[in-house]
Amino acid sequence: MQKRITTPLTIEKVEELKAGDSVLLTGYIYTARDAAHKRLVELLEKGEDLPFDIENQIIYYVGPTPAKEGMPIGSAGPTTSYRMDPYTPKLLDKGLKGMIGKGKRSDEVVESMKKNKAIYFAAIGGAAALTAKCVKSSELIAYEDLGAEAIRRLYVEDLPLIVVIDSNGNNYYSIGQEEYKNSLK
Amino acid sequence: MREIHVNQITETIKQLCMDANYYLSEDIKNRFNEYKEKETSKLGKEILDILIENSKIAENEKMPMCQDTGMAVVFLEIGQDVHITGGNLEDAINEGVRQGYTEGYLRKSVVRDPLDRINTKDNTPAIIHYQIVPGDKIKITVAPKGFGSENMSKLKMLKPADGVEGVKRFVLETVKEAGPNPCPPIIVGVGIGGTFEKSAYLAKKALLRKIDKRNENPFYAKLEEELLDEINKLGIGPQGFGGLTTCLGVNIEVFATHIAGLPVAVNINCHATRHKEAII
Repeated sequence: MQKRITTPLTIEKVEELKAGDSVLLTGYIYTARDAAHKRLVELLEKGEDLPFDIENQIIYYVGPTPAKEGMPIGSAGPTTSYRMDPYTPKLLDKGLKGMIGKGKRSDEVVESMKKNKAIYFAAIGGAAALTAKCVKSSELIAYEDLGAEAIRRLYVEDLPLIVVIDSNGNNYYSIGQEEYKNSLK
Repeated sequence: MREIHVNQITETIKQLCMDANYYLSEDIKNRFNEYKEKETSKLGKEILDILIENSKIAENEKMPMCQDTGMAVVFLEIGQDVHITGGNLEDAINEGVRQGYTEGYLRKSVVRDPLDRINTKDNTPAIIHYQIVPGDKIKITVAPKGFGSENMSKLKMLKPADGVEGVKRFVLETVKEAGPNPCPPIIVGVGIGGTFEKSAYLAKKALLRKIDKRNENPFYAKLEEELLDEINKLGIGPQGFGGLTTCLGVNIEVFATHIAGLPVAVNINCHATRHKEAII
C-alpha cells in the first residue's frame, strides 16, 4: 500500500512513516548535492541565513540533466547520499525534516535523524527519465555557478519513494535483505 | 596510408556520446527480462519493471536514462596505416565530447582540478585510451561512466598464493561493501594481472564487452559465471532492498603479470553500462 505525503513535513507526518513504506510525495522540495551542501554548512558556520527556509523541508540529492525547451527539468534520479553525510547533521539541527537519495548513511546521520525526528527516502537510482515525469516545475534558488549542482526548488507530483530509514532509526536496507534471505529458508 | 580528417572523429564522438546515454543496449534489456522472471522479491520485481520502463522513456524521448551522464571515457583503436589530418587528435576528441554533451542535453559533470573543483561546463576533458592496431581504420568507443558506481570500485595487489579464491573473495567483498550505493542491479568488470594501472584498465575494458558474451578462455568464462552466481547469493537485490538480482553480469579480462604479483581491479557499473562504438 502506498502512503501519500505532502510537503512541508511535520513531526506527525514523519512519525507515521516506517522503514519499507512506499510513498507518493507531492509538494515543493529542494535540490542540493555535494558542492551546495558545502556552501550551506559554511553559511551556518558563519552564522548567516540559508538561501531558503529549511524548516520542515525535504532536500533531494540530485543533479539533473539540462531541461529541453518546454520541459521543467531533464533526467533527475538520486545521487548517492553518503557524500552528504559530513554536512547532514548540521542541516537536521537547523530543521531539515527529510532527505531523498540512495544508499547507506553514516551512524552520525542516523543518530541525528532520531534526535531531530527526520526521515530518509530512497528514489529509484537509475530511473532518472521516469522520475523527471513527476517534476512539474523547477525554479533556481541559489548557486547558479554550480550548474547541475545549483539549488533548485522543484514541485513534484506523486514522486515514488521508499522509506529507507525512519525516525526511529529502522533501516530498510537491512530489514529488506534479511526478509529476502529468510524467504529462501 | 588512408587519411581521416579530425572533423569526422569529432562528429562520430558527438553522436556516440548522445546515443550511449539515450539507448540501453539489448544485452542488458534481455538480462532485465530474464531476471524479472527469476526475481522472488515483490519490490525487487517492481524495481526491475521501473528500470525497464525508464529505458523505454529514455529511448522514445531521447532523454538520458540516468542523470549522471558520466565522465566520457573514449577508447580509440587506431589503424597504423591511418594518417589523421586537419588538426590535433586530442582536441578533436574533446570537441566531440563538448558538442555531444551540449547539444544532447547531457549533464556536465567534470571539474578541472580534483581539489579546486571548478566545473569545466562542457564535460571535457575526456579520459582517452589509445591503442595502435594493424589496418587503416579507427574504432571509436565512447563509454560514459557514472561515479555512483565508479566510487564503489576497488583495486588490490593480491599475493600469488591468494590464487583464484583470493580473487573471488575480493570481488565479493567489494560488491558487498558497495551494497545499495551503486544502484544495483550492477554489472561488474574485473581486471586480473598486468601491473597496478593495467589491471584497472582491464577492468574498465571488461565493461565494454556485452554481458551475454563470455570470456574466450573457458577457465575465465566459468569464473565469470561462478562470480555472477555468488554475487546473486548475497541477497542485496534491486536497489539494495533485498532480492536475487544484485548483478546482471560479470566480465573478466586478464593479462600476463609479474612473478611476484596478482593485481585485481573491480570496476563496478550500474545497469546503465553505456558504451557505443563506431568504425570509421
